[in-house]
This record gives sequence, structure tokens and C-alpha cells, in this order.
Amino acid sequence: MRENRLARWAGGIAMVAVLVAGCARSAGSTPTPSAGGGGASQSAAAASASAGASQVAEVTCKGAGDKGTVKMMVNQWVGAEANVAVAQCLLQQMGWKVETSTLAEEPAWQGFDTGEVDVILENWGHPELEKHYIQDTKLATDAGPMGVTGIIGWYVPAWMLDQYPDLADWHNLNNHVDLFKTPESGDKGQFLGSDPTFVQYDEALITNLGLNFKVVFSGSEAASITAFQNADKNKTPLIGYFYDPQWLHNEIKLTQIKLPPYTPGCDADLKKVACDYPPYTLNKIVRTEWLNSSGDAATFIKNFKWRNEDQNEVADLLTNKKLSGEDAAKQWITEHPEIWQPWMP
Amino acid sequence: MTAIRLPARAGLEERVGRRWLVLLAVAAAAILWVVFRGQMTLPHNDDAPIFRSLLGVREWAEDNRQTLAPLREGIGGLIDVFDEIIASLGWPGVIGLFTAIGVGFGGLRVGLLAFLGMTALGLMGLWDASMQTLSMILAAVVLSLLIGLPLGILAGRSNRLSAFLSPILDVMQILPTLGYLPLVTAFFFIGGPPGVVATLIYAIPPAVRITSLGMRGVPRTTVEAAAAYGATSRQILTKVQLPLAWRAIALGINQTIMLSLSMVIIAGLIGAPGLGRLVLNALSKTQIGTSFQVGLAIVILAIVLDRVTFAIGERLDPRSRADAASRQDRRALRWGVAAAILVAGLAAPFLIDAVTFPDAIRLSLAEPVDTVATWVTDTISPATHDFEAWVATYILNPLDTILLDAPWWLVAAATVGLAWFLSGRRPAVIAAVCLGGIIVLSLWDHSMRTLANVLVGTSITLAIGGALGVATARNARLRAVVRPILDAAQTLPPFVYLLPALLLFGPNRFTGIVAAVIFSIPPVIRLVEVGIRAVPATVVEAATASGATARQLLWKVQLPMSLQALLLAANQGLVMVLSMVVVAALVGAGALGYDVITGFARGEQFGKGLAAGVAIVLLGIMLDRITQGAGGRRRAATVRAG
Repeated sequence: MRENRLARWAGGIAMVAVLVAGCARSAGSTPTPSAGGGGASQSAAAASASAGASQVAEVTCKGAGDKGTVKMMVNQWVGAEANVAVAQCLLQQMGWKVETSTLAEEPAWQGFDTGEVDVILENWGHPELEKHYIQDTKLATDAGPMGVTGIIGWYVPAWMLDQYPDLADWHNLNNHVDLFKTPESGDKGQFLGSDPTFVQYDEALITNLGLNFKVVFSGSEAASITAFQNADKNKTPLIGYFYDPQWLHNEIKLTQIKLPPYTPGCDADLKKVACDYPPYTLNKIVRTEWLNSSGDAATFIKNFKWRNEDQNEVADLLTNKKLSGEDAAKQWITEHPEIWQPWMP
Repeated sequence: MTAIRLPARAGLEERVGRRWLVLLAVAAAAILWVVFRGQMTLPHNDDAPIFRSLLGVREWAEDNRQTLAPLREGIGGLIDVFDEIIASLGWPGVIGLFTAIGVGFGGLRVGLLAFLGMTALGLMGLWDASMQTLSMILAAVVLSLLIGLPLGILAGRSNRLSAFLSPILDVMQILPTLGYLPLVTAFFFIGGPPGVVATLIYAIPPAVRITSLGMRGVPRTTVEAAAAYGATSRQILTKVQLPLAWRAIALGINQTIMLSLSMVIIAGLIGAPGLGRLVLNALSKTQIGTSFQVGLAIVILAIVLDRVTFAIGERLDPRSRADAASRQDRRALRWGVAAAILVAGLAAPFLIDAVTFPDAIRLSLAEPVDTVATWVTDTISPATHDFEAWVATYILNPLDTILLDAPWWLVAAATVGLAWFLSGRRPAVIAAVCLGGIIVLSLWDHSMRTLANVLVGTSITLAIGGALGVATARNARLRAVVRPILDAAQTLPPFVYLLPALLLFGPNRFTGIVAAVIFSIPPVIRLVEVGIRAVPATVVEAATASGATARQLLWKVQLPMSLQALLLAANQGLVMVLSMVVVAALVGAGALGYDVITGFARGEQFGKGLAAGVAIVLLGIMLDRITQGAGGRRRAATVRAG
């Protein structure tokens, strides 16, 4: 029984020591664990010097002052990470603290209700969410376009058009059903659908355009990407749902197939749709309360606007060059002052 | 004399009669199939009314979310407490604490493991993310145990409670988390708290079940003896039952921790920070190396927590109080060393920067793994794609045709009949009820597709797992090599091997099956190995002495005598494959799994997602009961030798 007591005392003392040390430490300094996106931990140090990086040779993502916190949502794709990396760096220079959280689009909008999300920098459509949060409850506000035009469509690897030039027009797809057949699609040609998070109505399009194809869902963006990579490398036929901006376009060449052109209203009834996807003016959504109370950060976000190629450039740094968000932002900011300076309030 | 279990052999006439009956039934089914092919097949309807009514459940949850707000605050607060403690300890403090606990309770080896493991997390550049995950896990485990242990103790003493809880616990474990995750976010929003809640739902059942089992394992005579000596109910509980059930309770705690870790990635999907989020990021960039490295960090965290808590459990076990005198000195030494390490860890922050893990050295497995992966896929991917096409064309598609072109009543009748034949009346009734439920849910078509995938996946799992299990049972060296690989494979998040599978086989059903097979093989190997090794050595010796070859020994002696273990292996293999249905949809398996992830991704499809989740549960219950009962017909009659 002596060993019992000894062990118990040792354990008890250890616990007390931990707690005392813990209290002493937290009274002394305030370390800040932050919810980092993308892998590198970002901490806005309170004390460092440089503000306004354009004159300084070494760009840094730290700034003076503590104006408050901006909670930015990062969508689950690299383009969104690129947006946030650059915006975060500049906001931190301005003296704001930035917290990021990566979420699917639906749960993210719920954050406008609870105050967990202040800014979504890249929104693709979602009229039902816009109606509920912007028009009906006014919890969110449209902060204008972010400058990137989102294009969704039917893509094939570029080599297919070299070999079968008539594929460029959708009318000829039925002549090549055998080419696209797989065991998943039976007698019909396979059309590769994508992640269910994305707006897709290819099944309706195929039916309404009279095409002899069957949609097989890849299930995730990674699955679609690897499929296109394989089709490009091993020269296997593939047609599927894809989009721009996307970092894959920097790596392999994909070409879009022309469907009947989009006209406003042709996608009103998604069961009868027979036209191409509309180009999306990607916009920024912000929490209304935050917009009205966050001074220069709100102005910055309203001014934030860049092009497809800018976003693709940073996205490439993040994926193919494997830079961290902060490093990629620093590099781009150093090279393109003409683009970001107009954003500063 | 030892009692030897042999499978009971029915009388000769009975066996012959049964065989004719089976042939007749199969012939009848085949004829009906040909005649009614393509009719009454219940094709999938995306607008089924039941999907829309289930959508109402979510709207109700969103309207009532305020009632659970205090719960959300509480859970968030608990996570914050752990965050604060970890932050104040700093990285030297955390490493010191784990090492000290390891040394104190488990000796030098456990302490060294803890030290190396935690340090590795930092060296891989994943310290902050690992600590965020650790906070969440600790919060989830504390809550799971607070709820699960008392429930388990109560269930252990009350048959009625146990019977009441059992199906609820079943559902909590089998219902795919992604199916009800939108409900969780409806009540608890996004971030850490819903991640903890989702983890709780998955991790409480083992705590309850194993504790209950432990309580029931306390010999009744011991309890009666204590009562006879005048012990009160409370004294019996605290002084007799709990100490004797400690081993089981410790196992329950250990399992709770392991299952919580397996939920890390799903928690990441709804915004919980940490390692799960990093895996998902790597997947979206198709970075195999990074996803593998983060997955490895999760495995390391699992191993460290597992060994350390196991050591604590062993050391606190009242049954191992019989210590030899020599142990006293070692105990003092261990705790002395532990205390010294702890003090060093706590003191270090005053000397060095304890907030950020130093980045002087960085271990990066990402690049070598990427290089290997690229080389492998470049070399063999045309061949693997061809293989996939062959399997899909000659195995998956014919099976799909049989199940899907047949009228629903034929498939249902055949399944119920098969259940009756294999396992008896009760599983047959359950099969009928489950199939009926699937029809009511308007998910017949997709359920049959999922069933086909699950059957193929299970067959492959059992074939490979069985063969490997037999091999490791008979070869000790192979066992030593395979064991750590199995350990790692069981804790490595399945999401990590999705990318290699995609690169090799493309997005389709086969890839989903491959992912499920990789996940399900380890327990099958273990169970088969244990089963075969449990065959008494005397029997093996008698057989070899009578001149049996190795093959005869296996097929005529070892396999028949380990039948129960083999059936359990089949059952577990099936359950594990089924649990991967949703993850498989992320790589193209479609069907019910894809419905579930759609329901999670698009709010208006939540009804379909929830319905698909329930359909998966129904399939699971049906298949589980059929395979569990399959030994019933041929259950061993104990034959007394001599």
C-alpha cells in the first residue's frame, strides 16, 4: 500500500505543478494560437515596425496596431486560398488581425448569422442563399464583384481536339460515343460529373440536347482533377465538368466544348435547360454588421478586385511551387504593386 | 478430458434433401429473373416525396437552434480550456508532460515513444495543427467518458437499459456521419463545437458498450460474497465491481480515444481547425506527399495517446497490485525521472521561446513520397487502369445487372430466402423489414448498386485478408513484420490513400472498393490469425502425427475448428466495408454514398442525404444479422472426447 500512496502523491504534485506553471505562464505572456489556413501558422505580432510595405524592400505581412479581427472564410479550393492569402497579408499590414476558417459554402453562409464569418471573398452564384441571407434577413451584403469571372463548362484534354477536331462542336458528340464509353457508363458515353458541392446540371443538359451520354459522378474535385491528369498523360478520352479559374490549367491544357450559348433566362428551369453555363461574376459577400463597423478593413474589402490570371498566378505558387500562403502573398505583392495599391483605403 | 468443438453434421438424408431444395430454389429464381427482367425495377427518382419531407427535419432544427446554444457555448468553452492549457505549457511543456506521464506510468520505453512521437509532430512542421487537434480530441474524450462511463455502468447492471440502448448505440455507430452532419451544423453552427459533437456521437458507444461488458464480466459469486458480508450497493460498486471491471473500462477509454481520432477529418469538413483540415487541403491540391505526412501525424498522435493511456490503465489496474518487492525501487526511479523531465519541460519556457516550435530542423516526407508516387503511377498506371476496366466489365457490371434488372420482389424474396437458409428465421425477418424500409425510402436502385459494391468489396477483403491471416498465423516472423503495418493501417485516415487509388484506377466504383478493402483488411487478418492460432496445439500435433500434410492440416483441421472466428472475421470485414461507403463515393463509387455527400453539400438535398444514410444503416443491419447468424445452423455441438 505504500507504493500506492507514493505514486498518488507523485501524480498529485505533478498535476499541481502543471497547473501552477500554466497559470504563471498565461499571466506572463499571451501566445496566440491562430486557426491557420493552408499549413503555415500565421501570427500577427503586435509590436513590429513596418506599415505600408510598398516602400520597403522586404515585404512583410505584419503591421502595427490592433484594429480588431477580420474573420475570413476560405473556400475549399486553391483559388480561394489565393484570394485570402493576399488579402490577409495586406490587412495584417494595415494592423488588422485575420482569422481564417475553411468551410464548405453552405455552412459558411450560416456563419453570417452567428458572427463566425465576416467575409467570403469568392462566391459562385447560390441564388437561394443570396435570397435568404441578403434579401430576406439582410444578415449579409453583396460587396461587389471580386474581378474574376468564373467559367463552368464541358472540357476535354486539348490533345483530343487535335485528333478529333469536330469535337469542338457539341452536335458531333453523338458520333464519338464509343470513344467515351467506360464500364461505368454501359452503352453510352461517359460524362464525368464532379463534386456535389458544385452547381451541376449536366444530366438535364444531356437529356435535353439528345446526347447519348451518361453522367458518372467523380465525387470530389480531387477525383476529377486526377482523371483529367490521367487523360492528358496517358492519352485516354475524357469529357467532363470543369471550370476556370483552377490551378490545373497551369499544368495541363484543357479545352472547352461549345454548347448552345447562354442567354439570360435559359437556365430558369433546371429541368429544361439546354444552354451552356452562364459566366459567373464572382462576388464578395460580407456580414452586414461587420461592414458597417469595420472602417478601413471594410473599404479594403470593397476595393479588392483582381483578374483570373492574377488569381491563377498565386494559385500556381500555392500548388505547383508549394509555397505557403504567406510566402506566396509576399512574392506576388512584391511583384505587382500596381494591382493592389488601388485597394488600400 | 478436453471437450473439442466440431461442427455438427446433419444426417445424410437431411443434407441431400437440403441440397435439392437449394438447387430448385436457384433454378426457380433464375427462370423468374429471365421472365421478368427489366420490369418493376423501381428506378431512382430524385424528387421522391420522402426526400422533401425529411428536409423538414433540418428546417425544424434550424428553427430551434437557440435551445442548444448553451450547450454549444459549454463545449466551445471546454475546447478553449484545453487550448489555454496547451498554449501556456508551450511545446517543451507539452512534450515534457507526455514524456513524464509515459515514463512514470509505463517506464522508459513508453516515455521514449511519447517523446519521439510528440517531437516528430513538431519536426514535421505540424505542431500548431496537432495541438488544435489534441484540444478537440481531449474535449471530445472528456465528454464521451462523462456521458459514456456512467451509462455503461448503469447498462452493466440493468438488462432493460442495455436492451434499450443497444439499437440506439448501433445507429450512432453505423449511421454515416455525413448524413446527419447538416443537422449537427444546424444546431451547433460551424467550428470546433460541432466537430466535438459529431465525434461524441461516434465515440460514446464503445465507452458504453465496453464498460457494460466489463461490469457484466465481474463474477456474480464475487458480488454475492460482498453482499453477504454486508456491503452496501455503493460499496459493491466502488470497491468490487469497478476495480474488477477496470481492464474493460480502460479498454473502453482507449477505444474512445482511437475513434475520436478517426473523426478528425470529418470534423475538418465543418471548420474544426487542426490536422483534419490540412488533409482536406492537401487532397484538394492532389498533393499525395503532404496528405501522407499529415496522415502520418494523425497516426503518431494516435499511437502516443494509445500507448500512454494503455500504460496508465495497466498501472492503475487494482488487479496488478501484487508487486514484487524489487518493483518498489524501480517505481521510485521511474517517478523520479518523470518528475525531472516534467520540471525541465515546465522550466524551459523561461529560457527559450516556447510558443513556436523551432524550425531549425524540418522533417519532410512530402517530397520523397511525391517522387515515389509519381514514379509508380507513371510506370504502372496504364496497366492498373486496364485492370480496373476488366474488373468493372466482368465482375461489377454483371452483378449490377443481376440485381438491378430484376424485379424488386424477386431480389427481396431471394435475399430473405438466403437469409433464412444461412442464418435462420430471425435474420430473415430482419432482412425483409430492412428491404421494406429501403423501398419506403425510395432508394431501391441506389441501394442495390451499393449492395453490389459492398459484396464485391467484402469478398475481396475476405479472400486477401483470409489468406494473409492464415499466412501470419503459421509464420511467426511474418507476424512480427506485419503487425506494425497493420497497426498503422488501422489508424491511418482512409482519406490519405484516396489519392493514390485515384491515380492508379481513376474515379469509379472499383477505386471506391479498393479504398474500402484497404481499410477493412487489417481487422480481418487479425481475427483470422487469432482464430487459427486458437486451435489447440494438441489437436494440431495429433493431426500432424497422424500424417496430415500442411494443406490437409489447414483445410481439414484448423479452418473448421476456427469457424466461429472466421465468421466473426467475415462479419467485421463486412461492417468495415459498409462504413466506407460514403468515403468511397468521393472517388466515384456513386450510389448511396454519393447521395449522402450531396445531402451534406447542398442544403436542398439534405432530405435525400439523410434518407441515404438511413438506407446504409438498414443494409448494414441486414447484412450484419445475416453474417452473425450464419454460424447458427452449423453451430458446434460440444463433443466430449473420451
